[in-house]
Amino acid sequence: MPSMYLEMIRIRFLMMLAYRVNYYSGIIIYSINIGAYYFLWDAIYSGQGSMGGLTPSQMTTYVAISWMARAFYFNNIDREMALEIKDGKVAIEMIRPYNYLAVKMMQALGEGIFRLLFFSVPGMLIVALFFPLTFPSSPETWGWYSVSLALSFLINTEINLITGVLTFFLLNNEGLMRAKRVVVDLFSGLILPISFYPGWAQSILHFLPFQAISYLPGMIFAGAMGNEQIGGAILIQLIWVVVLLLPLYLMWIKAKNALVVQGG
Amino acid sequence: MFYGELFFDYLKQYLKTKLAYRLDLLNELISDFISQIVNLVFILVVFQHTNFIKGWSQQEIIFIYGFFLIPFAVFSTFFNFWEFQEKYIIKGEMDRILTRPAHHLFQVVLETMDPESLAGVFTGLIIMGYAGYQLDLEIAWYDPFVFVLLVLSGVFLYGGVYIAIASLGFFIDAKTGISPMIYNIQSYGRYPVDIYNKVIRFVLTWILPFAFVGVYPSAYFLGREDLFVYVWITPVMGIVFFVIGVWLWNLGVKNYRGAGS
Repeated sequence: MPSMYLEMIRIRFLMMLAYRVNYYSGIIIYSINIGAYYFLWDAIYSGQGSMGGLTPSQMTTYVAISWMARAFYFNNIDREMALEIKDGKVAIEMIRPYNYLAVKMMQALGEGIFRLLFFSVPGMLIVALFFPLTFPSSPETWGWYSVSLALSFLINTEINLITGVLTFFLLNNEGLMRAKRVVVDLFSGLILPISFYPGWAQSILHFLPFQAISYLPGMIFAGAMGNEQIGGAILIQLIWVVVLLLPLYLMWIKAKNALVVQGG
Repeated sequence: MFYGELFFDYLKQYLKTKLAYRLDLLNELISDFISQIVNLVFILVVFQHTNFIKGWSQQEIIFIYGFFLIPFAVFSTFFNFWEFQEKYIIKGEMDRILTRPAHHLFQVVLETMDPESLAGVFTGLIIMGYAGYQLDLEIAWYDPFVFVLLVLSGVFLYGGVYIAIASLGFFIDAKTGISPMIYNIQSYGRYPVDIYNKVIRFVLTWILPFAFVGVYPSAYFLGREDLFVYVWITPVMGIVFFVIGVWLWNLGVKNYRGAGS
């Protein structure tokens, strides 16, 4: 049984590999974005020692790692699901002897591994040539960061699966998916670390799953978290991984009954 | 006159297709609006921690952002060349265009038109108006004319740059991926160029002159006299880049052999 899912990861990985040229320009685009925020933050700090718990050099590292991590966890699984639901392919998927959501998760993982190896890692090295990044010095931090990154992938993919399953009920959720993308970028801390928001906004954002996607791993990597805080951050991520399964599971059960095949 | 009629005919057809899917239209407008607001949120939050960024106040930066949205919205309405190569060159739609008795560039502009992007003009005006009100800017009787001139210059400048990039499609068969790169560099123009290093400042002023769509024209209304030189060459830049773009396009069409089947 697990070998079947492993195969899903492999196939998706190979599929991505066939189109790898598309990703070279992606690295440049992400570098351009990192550059834009680098100069902006540099001007914003201009002499101030620390803001929102980050020093200027930690901020540079935070921006770079957040974007390159996004290259890893980002995927269009929700869009793919919406398409499969709309044209009716999902009906075939449902009678196949596997769990549709698990398959989607595995495909996302295959894509993620590809992007990690061919986008995030080389991208991070290239960006390090241009901007003054400080990589974590202790192997422990690297270890914690890897765990945190893996969890952020799970959380983001769960959110994508939820948006995808919503297509069963909304039939057309193009707008929702676009809005979700922007909301995730803003509230996950990619554009702005959560610690910069005013107090009332922070207290709301701490109760949302988005901070677990980018902010928590980013802070770990930038070295802006003490050891006990790292434990807390990972715990928050773990809780969200589990909590998000619940609406996903319930919606999936409902969706199986509510299925309307629109295409022929 | 022929071109005017053509424009309205295309517009009518476009609106018909759009109104058939009203919910999609609404979705699109809302998600565009959300992404415009995200940048505003960024500026607002950052200024909770500092009063000035390289000598520019919060209101001034918001004003620049609001101004930028207006030419950008007009540009997005008429110059949707993102999929030009894919759709017109690789799939061969360009052959169809060339057999028709209207200028090819004009036809492509009409076919890819996206009028709902114009909603950005209102968002921009509101943001800019709000910042201008906070700054207590004085408005002379001729300022609205200067405003329209500067906005149009920005639109032509953007248009020229993207026409030039689309023209590359006539010479290169494979997908280049250049336009998303340029598109991302565009966001550099939303902030005062003072924050960048010399090289980037030079690029944003003379090579990919996106600063002429944000900071430089805004400097006029903000009374930044040190930048007035750039304000006055904004229209010149707009015309020069548009002419270069169209020239490259015409050259490309001459060179076009057809790749579709």
